[in-house]
Amino acid sequence: MSATATSTFDVTTSWRLHPRVSLRPEPFGALAYHYDNRRLNFLRSPDLVDLVKILGDHPDPRAAFDALSLDPSRWSSFEKALAALAASDFLQPV
Amino acid sequence: MPALTDELKLGLDAPICLTWELTYACNLACVHCLSSSGRRDPRELSTKEAIGVIDEMRALQVFYVNIGGGEPMIRPDFFELVDYATTNGVGVKFSTNGSRIDRERARELAAMEYLDIQISVDGANAATNDHVRGEGSFATAISAMDELAAADFGPFKISVVVTRENAGQLDDFEALANQYGAELRLTRLRPAGRGADTWHELHPLQEQQVDLYHWLLARPHVLTGDSFFHLNALGDENLPGLNLCGAGRVVCLIDPVGDVYACPFVLHDEFKAGNVRDEGGFAKVWKESALFTELREPQSAGACASCGQFDACQGGCMAAKFFTGMPLDGPDPECVSGHGEHALANVGVEMRPISTNDHSKPVRVALSKTRV
Ligand code: SF4
Ligand code: SF4
Repeated sequence: MSATATSTFDVTTSWRLHPRVSLRPEPFGALAYHYDNRRLNFLRSPDLVDLVKILGDHPDPRAAFDALSLDPSRWSSFEKALAALAASDFLQPV
Repeated sequence: MPALTDELKLGLDAPICLTWELTYACNLACVHCLSSSGRRDPRELSTKEAIGVIDEMRALQVFYVNIGGGEPMIRPDFFELVDYATTNGVGVKFSTNGSRIDRERARELAAMEYLDIQISVDGANAATNDHVRGEGSFATAISAMDELAAADFGPFKISVVVTRENAGQLDDFEALANQYGAELRLTRLRPAGRGADTWHELHPLQEQQVDLYHWLLARPHVLTGDSFFHLNALGDENLPGLNLCGAGRVVCLIDPVGDVYACPFVLHDEFKAGNVRDEGGFAKVWKESALFTELREPQSAGACASCGQFDACQGGCMAAKFFTGMPLDGPDPECVSGHGEHALANVGVEMRPISTNDHSKPVRVALSKTRV
């Protein structure tokens, strides 16, 4: 799993899954593969998988959390996970 | 949340690290060849069958495959297969001894996308390398690197199996890689294939293992294919990687005749799970074979259970234990706490498994006893 870089992750803008990233369903969530930088990431919760799929349809990540009715107590952990994905280029600003 | 390692031990829906050996044919006869390659097997997959295997990989979302052999470039349909895979979402990394990479082929390779090349050398100079890989093989590998560089291939990989003879040359390998802007990849010598006969003389000594562990810790960018996790028992810090034996869980091998084994280093009937030609193909073997199901069940730590380092080193490599005739639920023969050496001393030669899959050419190059 890539290093977290929360500082560079802007929660006020819209993000989406990089178009060169593929998701493969796995018992624990999904395996994500980036065809450009050839890195793998483990998305270790089904909610996180749903989240990255719909992220691009929302003006910012928190709107996506709302749309999935994710409990606010879990938001910070999802933000951390998204920041890690953004740091390895798995997410990109829309 | 359970640790990632624990989740991976239960197995994935498709492998992460899938090795596919395209042919048993090889122009070299390395003394430690893990697949005892040399002669082509008449039952090897046809082009059509190989395309079918790639279609299965695509359907299973196997994002990339590690192609090897034998010498994979010997197959007349090599470029056709690589091209088919990479244009269908299955990236390719292939290992070669470099003998088939001339100017024209280097250009052809440089024009392909989603392709990684790994050139094998097992010494930082001709004397050390050729001692295990054969006369002239170092020059051949260097010439292939020169051609790739001239064709602007970009960063390829230089792949080294760490042995007793080259363990002192790690800095030289790093310099060689830097010279070409290449990535260095170091992997562990396993007693598999012809390596079963030469491992006892070639595997690194304990003090070399300690040096290697620190050398790798200081260089997280050096690739290792997660092969040295048994060294994690040496300190508080783990080497980067998944830290588990992935055999049948995240790793497997398809051999040239389509047999599916739990990992590239266990080409033996005991670890054969099925064949891609069977009904249901590779997917069924991966998902349902009795062997892989068993490997995904909780494994006993056996004699390692009482060792405080088990979490760090997981008891090491199954293949290394199997081919040295040691119990699979005990310490690795290269256990850094010295338990393997001790156990190994009690294993007679007659207890080592007999190869069930040897494609060596009739005259084998023996490892000479002379020191390099
Ligand atoms: S005894 Fe087993 S767990 Fe302990 S260091 Fe050796 S191989 Fe690893
Ligand atoms: S048997 Fe050894 S080489 Fe094969 S996956 Fe396990 S640890 Fe790796």
